[in-house]
Amino acid sequence: MPVYFLRRVLAAIPVMLVVAVFVFLLLRLTPGDPAAIIAGDMATPDQLDRIRTTLGLNDPLHVQFVHWIGQLMRGDFGTSLISNQPVIHLVGDRMWPTIWIALITITLSVAVAVPMGVMAAWRHGSWIDHLVMTFSVLGFSIPVFVIGYLLIMVFAIDLKLLPVQGYIAPTKDFAGFLQRAILPAVTLSSIYIALIARMTRASLLDVLGEDYVRTARAKGLTEGRVLFRHALRNAAVPVMTVIGTGFALLISGVVVTESVFNIPGLGRLTVDSIFARDYPVIQALILLTAGIYVFVNLLIDLSYSFLDPRIRY
Amino acid sequence: MTAIWSGLRTGFAGAAALMLTTVLPAHAEKTITAVMHSGLRVLDPVITTAHITRDNAFMIYDTLVALNSDFEVTPQMASFAVSDDGLSYTFTLRDGLKWHDGGDVTPADCIASIKRWMQRDGGGQMIADRMASLEATGDKTFVLTLKEPFPYTLEAMAKTSSLALFMMPERIASQPADEAITEYIGSGPFRFVTEEFQPGVKVVYEKFEDYVPADGPPSWFSGAKDVKVDRVEWVTMPDAQTSINALMNAEIDFMEFVPVDLLPLLEGMPGIQTEVLAPLGSVTIGRMNFLYPPFDNKKIRQAALMAISQNDVLTALQGNPDYFKVCGAIFGCGTPFEFADGSDTLTSGGDIEGAKALLAEAGYDGTPVVLMQPTDVVTIAPQPVVAAQALREAGFNVDLQPMDWQTLVGRRASQSAPDDGGWNMFFTNWIVPEVSNPLANVMLNGRGDDAWFGWPDDPEIEALRTDFANAVGLDAQKAVAEKIQAHVMDNVNYIHLGQLYSPSAWSDTLTGVEQAPFPVFWGIDKTE
Repeated sequence: MPVYFLRRVLAAIPVMLVVAVFVFLLLRLTPGDPAAIIAGDMATPDQLDRIRTTLGLNDPLHVQFVHWIGQLMRGDFGTSLISNQPVIHLVGDRMWPTIWIALITITLSVAVAVPMGVMAAWRHGSWIDHLVMTFSVLGFSIPVFVIGYLLIMVFAIDLKLLPVQGYIAPTKDFAGFLQRAILPAVTLSSIYIALIARMTRASLLDVLGEDYVRTARAKGLTEGRVLFRHALRNAAVPVMTVIGTGFALLISGVVVTESVFNIPGLGRLTVDSIFARDYPVIQALILLTAGIYVFVNLLIDLSYSFLDPRIRY
Repeated sequence: MTAIWSGLRTGFAGAAALMLTTVLPAHAEKTITAVMHSGLRVLDPVITTAHITRDNAFMIYDTLVALNSDFEVTPQMASFAVSDDGLSYTFTLRDGLKWHDGGDVTPADCIASIKRWMQRDGGGQMIADRMASLEATGDKTFVLTLKEPFPYTLEAMAKTSSLALFMMPERIASQPADEAITEYIGSGPFRFVTEEFQPGVKVVYEKFEDYVPADGPPSWFSGAKDVKVDRVEWVTMPDAQTSINALMNAEIDFMEFVPVDLLPLLEGMPGIQTEVLAPLGSVTIGRMNFLYPPFDNKKIRQAALMAISQNDVLTALQGNPDYFKVCGAIFGCGTPFEFADGSDTLTSGGDIEGAKALLAEAGYDGTPVVLMQPTDVVTIAPQPVVAAQALREAGFNVDLQPMDWQTLVGRRASQSAPDDGGWNMFFTNWIVPEVSNPLANVMLNGRGDDAWFGWPDDPEIEALRTDFANAVGLDAQKAVAEKIQAHVMDNVNYIHLGQLYSPSAWSDTLTGVEQAPFPVFWGIDKTE
């Protein structure tokens, strides 16, 4: 296992390097000029050129690339072209709201979706199954911003129980954090509950017909023990894949939900940076996203061997 | 069904109330939470013309002189005296002026600030071109001496947008004008709280306790800037519907810009006020590229102007006629230089047949007209679509190219041919004070490659602008401004597409919200 872990970590290095080169070149080929964005509407061509020179944008591409890679090697992600703030601070500030909301969303989704999927598989073809499947279709079909606005209308505007928007760090005010996190987490959960419930149901249906499940029942185990201890554990591998990928997706940005609930997360930072052609910030965000995907995939792969002892690395 | 809904509501209410004991933290101090038109990212008011940077600068910096609602220049940080020959301007700083770090404001600070501003601002450069010296003559006085009279000097120093002249400590203002400053110390009514600043997310200001307000009643950016609250927080909300919900839920106090189509949600709502705070509003314009066919031909530019109807454009843009005005004055309706010469077709629905005739006379050969349409900016997206239709009806071969605003901003700086990454026409908006006189209005610059995007080489308008700069007194300025209006409509330096007004909304808990070209937060009090 440690050898496998080390091999996977080493394999991530060329992946990240390819991502870095690709992102750097793609951004420079995209139309748009950060200097024009900084200088505003009234800038003259001469002023624009001077700002480009100051920012290093007039340097040849290979010089800019070597400079950036050199910075990365020293753990320096550079400085935002627009706000003049260190990229590491910008990304660090915006990462926590996203991570917290993602954690609550995934926890809520798993807590609701797995029992739903198990129930649907256990009572396959019954009204429970149909109810779960109907919810699942709705969860996939209704856009998150519609769910978000509906929840705001009911719980914030109408009932006045929760705030409409905003984010407070849990370390600062935990109650305030929870109040503001509930609606976005529920909104985001709708699609993940639908996805995880469907996946749990499908996987469980596969294993419920297996001999060892029949054997467990023949031994007189309770239905709950059969379902959760024997069947679900074997059905969990594809479910874990969905949960892990879902978490990575949540971290890499959920810009619509962040906009609807005014959460200053990574999704909004990404979109704002792209619109502003803030190259160092975009590069750092894409590298971060790539790193998260690599890491989450590694964790998922490692979790397989815990769930299914037959899988060995 | 009603009973079920009612039961569900009660159930949800009970469950949530059990879970949550408090909804909002109580404020121990008076804080105004405002949603402005965009997020603040660039903080140096000399390096960018972005409106949000200017708005931030008016919070934390003060100006030497200021403009009031009658367009008069008044003393702000300094009183001023002009010599009889118009060559010497003596500024005397008022007593008690302090920087936010505790230092005294000195003439050396002001001189450094003026010199940095002169490197970037058009009006400042005009002064610099005529400047003989700028020197301190005492602890509180300094003198600007010119080589030749320039009656526009004080107006240039008092202008409110886009590169207004703000005072900074000498150590900060000594930085090159092309490098953004990294320390935000002003002498204005609010102190910038650096440690709480999150670019694009949140800006926090605290009342500057040592601020000494100027004499006189507040009027726009002049007079006493009395701060009546402890803090002002600007929070960025990318979604207007979220801002409206937050205002309705008393989570914010002020919303600078309410989209006209969402205004009915707030109108008549108890506890909320809606009003246009900037009575002059904005103008929307179309700019052509003078370097390439077909708009290098004056007759073809005239045909394009003739084809377009202001009413059609403004209706598509605002919808509600209460929030736009068909206005032929390039310097804006409601300004001292409001003239409408040459705008008949624009303000009376356009003249497609006349445009067709002009195109035929000009020998238009079907050269495509590349119109850039920014799809992500709601206040600029409709104009190209309406204009494209009008131009097509007149016989133009229009290539409407959708793109995001930042792509447009980069592309409009390109002098390449339209089929090689260049362009023929784009649209934008300005607040009226930015176009309200011939020297402030950058679209009137006719210096070819040194002119604003579109690069018209127009010696005639340059001569007229010089006449305006040398005109003494309002009547003399008006006479020149009217000639410029007529020239612009004839030469079609740009197409003036009318005036629009943006409503703001705020909670009844705020009192003292005053009209100004853009929001000011001094003078506003808040009751809890």
